[in-house]
Amino acid sequence: MKKWQCVVCGFIYDEVAGLPEEGIAPGTRWESIPDDWACPDCGVAKADFEMVAIADAA
Amino acid sequence: MNPITIIGSGLAGYTLAREFRKVDKDTPLVIITADDGRFYSKPMLSNAFASGKTAEQLAMNSAEQMGTQLNSTIFPNKRVSAIDTTQHMIVLDGETLQYSKLVLALGADPIRAELKGDAAEQVLSVNDLQDYVRFRQALAGAKNVAIIGTGLIGCEFANDLVTGGYHVEVIDPGTLPLRRLLPQAVSEAMLDGLSKMGVTWHFGKGAVAINRAGQGYDIELSDGGKLNADVVLSAIGLRPRTSLAQAAGIKVNRGIVTDRMLKTSAEDVYALGDCAEVEGLVLPFVMPIMHAARALAKTLSGQTTQVMYPAMPVVIKTPACPVVVSPPPANIPCEWQITKMEEGVKALCQDATGKLAGFALSGKATAEKMTLTSQLPSLLA
Repeated sequence: MKKWQCVVCGFIYDEVAGLPEEGIAPGTRWESIPDDWACPDCGVAKADFEMVAIADAA
Repeated sequence: MNPITIIGSGLAGYTLAREFRKVDKDTPLVIITADDGRFYSKPMLSNAFASGKTAEQLAMNSAEQMGTQLNSTIFPNKRVSAIDTTQHMIVLDGETLQYSKLVLALGADPIRAELKGDAAEQVLSVNDLQDYVRFRQALAGAKNVAIIGTGLIGCEFANDLVTGGYHVEVIDPGTLPLRRLLPQAVSEAMLDGLSKMGVTWHFGKGAVAINRAGQGYDIELSDGGKLNADVVLSAIGLRPRTSLAQAAGIKVNRGIVTDRMLKTSAEDVYALGDCAEVEGLVLPFVMPIMHAARALAKTLSGQTTQVMYPAMPVVIKTPACPVVVSPPPANIPCEWQITKMEEGVKALCQDATGKLAGFALSGKATAEKMTLTSQLPSLLA
């Protein structure tokens, strides 16, 4: 499980937590999120996110 | 062919360049910036301290890396002194450069309070990465920080610094934090959240004078009171940078005036971001920049495109009391309906026909952001 960070606003997508309020279940891998998904805080497209170097156990 | 030229390397300038390169790989692109041209996360300037981030860590790419990534020529540390819109020319360090199309992504200046005293010039504001460097230097060894202003940036800094172990005192002539953006009940939640963290408030008074006192400063307040602080930070708002455009005869109001195509009153000159006033709206936030950059990138590539603004709620990054707000338009009379929950406040504002016109959410209520945003009308449809 990894964390991904938005290059613009710093928002972090944590695969472990998912984003239940957006219908993304906990444990959803970054690869499985649709390409038209955008950062909930600033609207940056998925392609502009960057991976944060945190690899949790699992 | 003369290049498309962008003045400014903040979020607006670089996002536009990135979006433009998605639709046009080859047209020459020049970016001129008074900064060092590093790309960094602007919103993190006001919440990166507690997590120990240095300016180097916030900077994701150097000017050189950005130039390669964007297939652009970047001129860092250069200030454009004049624009000649009839000749399609800008002046920079006494030299002239021709442009085919010009984009003003100049940003905004922090508003400086009128302060007396021998240390008035020592008051810091943080609006770019270089400011952040100075700010971090000033904080090294400091214990007490005074913040002037309780807007979005003031509250984010208060939260960040108190978490970072500083004693934080906030000065504001109003009665509650973020009162210009939030209904009273949500402002009170913010007050509560930050107070519990240890923030001390001085409402109903302004700072009048700042004088040196030992290693720190004495702050004189409008009610005659005094505060002592090692660092004084001002966060009382932003003023769009309009003087360059104005001197070139381009129409300015609060910001540089543009239409829905982000075109200014001058031929082939566009503006976006914190310096721009788009159809009367000055919105110094991230979301409007993203939307404007996407539309303008298409327009510059030859496909004229109007900017659309959906409802764009603003996230206030105060972990002590997370808040999301989409203020109702100023021309809509509205009464806030407040629901207090166990760990949060939900405030809804409906127009005369019962349609949702705005909302403010704090704490756990912020989970409803997406659902409520989808019910809001577009800002520019």
